[in-house]
Amino acid sequence: MGIFDFLRARPKNTASVAKERLRIIVAQERGARGAPDYLPLLRREILEVIKKYVNVDPDAVLINVERDGDHEVLELSVALPEKGHEITPPPASNS
Amino acid sequence: MTEIIVVTSGKGGVGKTTSSASIAVGLAKHGKKVAVIDFDVGLRNLDLIMGCERRVVYDFVNVIHGECTLKQALIKDKRYETLFVLAASQTRDKDALTKEGVERVLEEFKTEAFDFVVCDSPAGIEKGAFLAMYFADRAIVVVNPEVSSVRDSDRILGLLSSKTRRAELGEGKVQEHLLLTRYNPARVQNGDMMSLADVQEILGINVLGVIPESEGVLAASNSGVPVILDEGSNAGLAYEDAVARLLGQERPMRFMDAPKKGLMSRLFGG
Repeated sequence: MGIFDFLRARPKNTASVAKERLRIIVAQERGARGAPDYLPLLRREILEVIKKYVNVDPDAVLINVERDGDHEVLELSVALPEKGHEITPPPASNS
Repeated sequence: MTEIIVVTSGKGGVGKTTSSASIAVGLAKHGKKVAVIDFDVGLRNLDLIMGCERRVVYDFVNVIHGECTLKQALIKDKRYETLFVLAASQTRDKDALTKEGVERVLEEFKTEAFDFVVCDSPAGIEKGAFLAMYFADRAIVVVNPEVSSVRDSDRILGLLSSKTRRAELGEGKVQEHLLLTRYNPARVQNGDMMSLADVQEILGINVLGVIPESEGVLAASNSGVPVILDEGSNAGLAYEDAVARLLGQERPMRFMDAPKKGLMSRLFGG
C-alpha cells in the first residue's frame, strides 16, 4: 500500500460482493433445475386465483418439486396474511 | 481407449478455443494421439489459433454428410505428428450437425485408436454446445473469475449431469474439471477479483488448473502458435501443468501470487 493511497478513493472489496451474489443466485437456480417448465406459469395462475379472495404478497406462494424415491412431490405453500387483511368480496358491505 | 473431452463454458470469450488448442498440443507433446474438433459451426476459429487456417480443405460437416472421409478432413499438425485438427464448417445451416453424425465421427476416432478427442464447444447452450458435450467422458469447464462466467458455468454443470449420453444411459458421471482462466493474482490480493477458492466454493468441482492473465495469450493467437508452446509465458507453463494433471500427474499450483512490488511502486501505489 502506498503512502499516498489515502488521497485516492478506496474502492470497497467487490470480490466478496460478487461471491455473495453468486452464492445466492446459483443456489436458487440449482433449486429450480430439473423442475418442469410449467411451474412458473402454474405459480402465477395460482397466485391470481388466491388474490381474488385474499390479499397475498406475490412472494407468498412457494412451489417446489421434490424427488422422493422414484416419484415426485409437488409442494405448494401459501403464506396467508394475518386476520383482518383479507380482501372483502366486492358485493359485501364495508366494515 | 479413446477419451472424449469437451472444453465448454456457456459464456463466450472466456478462453475455450485457446484452452482447447493448448490442451490438445499439450497431450500430443506427451506422445498421445490427439484430435481437436471445432464444434462452432458457422464461426470457425480453432484453425486460426492452431495456425492451420490455410490448410483447411474439408471440415466437420463435410465428414458428417459423407462428402469426404475423416482422413481427408483431418489436418495434420506441422509440429506434432500425432496431433490433428478437424475444422468447423462455415455454413450458416444450424442443423448441419446431427447427433447420429457426430456419434459416427467419434466412433471412427475410436477405431483409429486415438487417445484423446478434444471437443471445442461453441458458447451458449444451443445445439452445437449440446452436441459437443453429449458424448463426453470428461468436461473441462473454462471459467473467468467474474460473475456472469461463474453463473453460466454452473448452468453448464447442470446440463453435463443431465443432458449427456453418460447421464442418459446411467453410465456414471462425466468427470468435471475447473479451468480458471484470466486469473490476475494482484487483483485477487486487492480484493477486486474472486479467488480460486471463491470460485471453487461456488461451483464445487475439482481444479485442473489456473491460467494467469498473460500477454502471451494474445501474442500466441496473433501468430497461430498455441500459448502452451511459449515457454516464456506463465500462461503457457500453467497449461503445461494442467495437461500433466489431466494425465494424472501431481503438479503444485503456480503463479497464484502477485509479483512483489518494488520500492517505488510501494511508495506511490500502482
